Amino acid sequence: MALLEIREVMVRFGGVMAVGGVDLDVQAGETTGLIGPNGAGKTTLFNVISGMQDPTAGMVSVNGVDISHESPHRRAKRGLARTFQRLELFASLTVRDNVRVAAELASLTNIDATVNRLLEKVGVSHLADKTAGELPTGSARLVEIARALATGPQLLLLDEPASGLDESESDRLGTLLRELTEDGLGVLLVEHDMSLVMRVCDSIYVLDLGMIIAHGTPEHIQHDPQVLQAYLGAPS
Amino acid sequence: MQELLTFTIIGLSTGAIYAVVASGLVVTYTTSGIFNLAHGATGMLAAFTYWQLRFDWDLSAPLALFITLFILCPLFGLLTERIVMRGLQGTTEVVRLSVTVALFAFMIGLANTVWPSNGSREAFLKFFEGNTIHIGGINVSWHKLITFGCAVVVAIVLRLLLFRTRMGVAMRAVVDDRSLTELNGGRPNRVAMFAWALSAMLAGLAGILLAGEQQLNIEPLVLLVINAYAAAIIGGLKSLPRTFAGAAVLGLLDAYYLQFSDNSWFPQSFMGFGLSGIRASIPTIVLFVALLVRPQSRLRAGTVRFREENKVPSWNTAVLGAVSLIVVVVGISGMLTRSNTLFLLNGFTLAIVALSLVPLTGYAGQMSLAPLTFAGLGAVAMSKLPGDGNLLTLLAAITIVAIVGAAVALPAIRLSGIYLALSTAAFAVLVTKLIFNQRQTFMSGNISVPILDIPFIDINSPRGRLILSATAFSLLGLGVIALRRSRLGRRLIALKDSPVAAATLGMNLTQTKLAAFAISAGIAACAGALAGDKVSPQQYDFTQSLPIVLLAVVGGVGTVGGALFGGLLLGGNAVLANAVPSLKNITKIMPGLTGITLGRNPSGATSQISEKFRPLLNRWGIISFSALGGVGIWALDASRIISHWAFFIGGVFWFLAVMPNLIAIIDGTSQRRWWASAIALTGLAISLGVDWDQAVDSTGKRLLSLILLVAIFGVGTQRVAENAPRIHHSSPDLLGLDVALTPDELDNVERELGVTI
Repeated sequence: MALLEIREVMVRFGGVMAVGGVDLDVQAGETTGLIGPNGAGKTTLFNVISGMQDPTAGMVSVNGVDISHESPHRRAKRGLARTFQRLELFASLTVRDNVRVAAELASLTNIDATVNRLLEKVGVSHLADKTAGELPTGSARLVEIARALATGPQLLLLDEPASGLDESESDRLGTLLRELTEDGLGVLLVEHDMSLVMRVCDSIYVLDLGMIIAHGTPEHIQHDPQVLQAYLGAPS
Repeated sequence: MQELLTFTIIGLSTGAIYAVVASGLVVTYTTSGIFNLAHGATGMLAAFTYWQLRFDWDLSAPLALFITLFILCPLFGLLTERIVMRGLQGTTEVVRLSVTVALFAFMIGLANTVWPSNGSREAFLKFFEGNTIHIGGINVSWHKLITFGCAVVVAIVLRLLLFRTRMGVAMRAVVDDRSLTELNGGRPNRVAMFAWALSAMLAGLAGILLAGEQQLNIEPLVLLVINAYAAAIIGGLKSLPRTFAGAAVLGLLDAYYLQFSDNSWFPQSFMGFGLSGIRASIPTIVLFVALLVRPQSRLRAGTVRFREENKVPSWNTAVLGAVSLIVVVVGISGMLTRSNTLFLLNGFTLAIVALSLVPLTGYAGQMSLAPLTFAGLGAVAMSKLPGDGNLLTLLAAITIVAIVGAAVALPAIRLSGIYLALSTAAFAVLVTKLIFNQRQTFMSGNISVPILDIPFIDINSPRGRLILSATAFSLLGLGVIALRRSRLGRRLIALKDSPVAAATLGMNLTQTKLAAFAISAGIAACAGALAGDKVSPQQYDFTQSLPIVLLAVVGGVGTVGGALFGGLLLGGNAVLANAVPSLKNITKIMPGLTGITLGRNPSGATSQISEKFRPLLNRWGIISFSALGGVGIWALDASRIISHWAFFIGGVFWFLAVMPNLIAIIDGTSQRRWWASAIALTGLAISLGVDWDQAVDSTGKRLLSLILLVAIFGVGTQRVAENAPRIHHSSPDLLGLDVALTPDELDNVERELGVTI
């Protein structure tokens, strides 16, 4: 049984089929990539998983428990955490308090130590007392990851975590992801930075026009003709 | 059957007026995202203007109509958009709504000033007064027919405008995607101006039609808008056809109720409560129901980021502030006359009500337009509960109102932003009409709230009550700051900053909002329960809540100091109005005028003021000098060299006009230093030297003199003393390109960028 199982999830906005029957698994201790051109339905799928969007049909389960109809905060209690493509930090709180709120919501003991450890882990300790709204995008993305980790998740959904990061920050993110999965965390990663995706992912799903068009290891995906066509257009 | 037809026609004509008003609301909301609470007030002003032209100056009806509806109304709409509303993009819903509250207060003040209600005036006649037409066996007045016709014409014109004209297409484009419209060469600002002008015309038309039916009175015309809210909400604040349908339903409900309630079988009371208030409440009840059946507001990522920012005071600062507030009030309360004591008491009561908005609106970002309703419930609970006002009674009253607060919020809490605000408004109106205006609640128009009974302390005097309310404010203020620094406080802020992130991190948004509402209702209940005097339902009316919300936001709704500032300003305003009748008209407009400036400073006044004092914190010499000055002024008073008034005016002048400028004076060039000191000293000498008790004959005039002194000499000192750094007014992208940077600016930029050489 996979950590996260998505079965035949479908989302329809009026006449538009945003996600059309997707099956997807994320295993604990692995990073699973979800790539695809803009408008493929990646963020919509994320919203379905985290409970911000009701699917028109289909099922989402975590550890075998169907969570399709649970509210976002219940899903968080089941070990789901996410970051956002457009940053959603608590802009008027300090960096430390951003992470602290999350730790408190998860009713952790020893909150101060956890917060400090996580800030250290993502490498933003020096920004701890800055107001989150003042951070540049790169640091803000890292703080969002620290905040998501503070809920003690089993599954982490990352929505384009590398956009806005420079090369060294992006490298650091790759290392961080590997460390996290070694600790047993399952990661679902939506990302446009292909070198990062190919480096860190154990398996990759390719979404186009709301459908999974390919699934496999990074090597497999890189040579899949359907994927090339979706990304580069049909050969003439 | 014939009777039914009659009432159907009456209902449709009432509905026609609602439809015209509501369509105006929808037009501005969709194009600029601002829900205009002052929409009804615009109609009211238009009705008065029309009356002035038509009946007082005897112009012909078509000419008067043309001038009012096609010249003055559009002009008013244009100016409103240009001057007041345009600065509001990127601010919170709270600020946007408060600005329309300010406009509302301003227009009521203006109407009261220009057309005072005392004295008789020419009657406002219907169109073709006295002429009726025979339809299906009944007589219908021409006015009703015209009203109905107007609604039809408005519907057709709006439809054509939106779908057949270039401007209409632009308007719909702005609704769909503002920035995309702009990128494609559309001009959203111009569209918004047009929309506001159109909306003002619709409000004006409705106001004139309604005044013909109901005579020319400010209040019913202004509250017309509440009835129209319901229609607009039924239309989802978007669909004009549904808005018109909603308006028709409202009008018909009203007319049929009128018809049925005349029958003998119709109940006159329910569980001992009279039902006479029901008819007037129908639109509000429909509004409430329409809001409650709205789909839950969806959690969406990527909403607007807010501009406000408030620093959290440290514990030391907070306790120091609370203690100094009590000390100052104890000190000056001995010098005040009885009436001034009562005014200050009123100011503190209002400050507590404003404080109730800090956790709810300031921290959690939830708007409530009903803070005074909870204060009223607190007063009722305090007077009805046994115990005759001891501490337990107070606690019980607070608890009960807090529970009520959470209970009424429960159904409304699924809503957000404007919908939540409107449902609190509906709640306030319903409580006033159905509960406060009942014999059982307020016997013979008022009840007396017992004075808080604290063992060993006698507070049975105005001075005692003043000190009590200042102490209550300080303690509650400390409580609110403690809340901000607590776990729940962080959650409230998280809820405001990003509901979607909070939810996905595991926060139960409903629970958190309920907590905020309960705390807020409890604090407001304190203000009512501590009234210690006779109170009447008018004091807790919905329309009285609006200025408090407004001034809390003006003061800075995110801070305790802002609540104090707002409450005292509102109280002080009443002092001015009562003491100087000639100023009465200015003071009526004042809250509105202050609020209208919000667009330029959304964080509120206190944050601005405290910014000025912040630099002082690191300069011990200057702090000691400031304190010394304060003590010196007090010593002059204690040794009877100067009067209490001179002490008060001199003290405030020292604090507001001298202290913030000390750094600039000391750091200035020698020439500037001398001039600035001379100006400051002149102001101080006047403040301390004038024999205020003799020279000026009323409290209001003395306060006015104080304001003038601070304004003239304080600002004068600042202007002269400051080697003000030049400020670029060009776009930030052009900084340093259009005009070279000064060395100071370069330093600043390098520091910000972290480039140190």
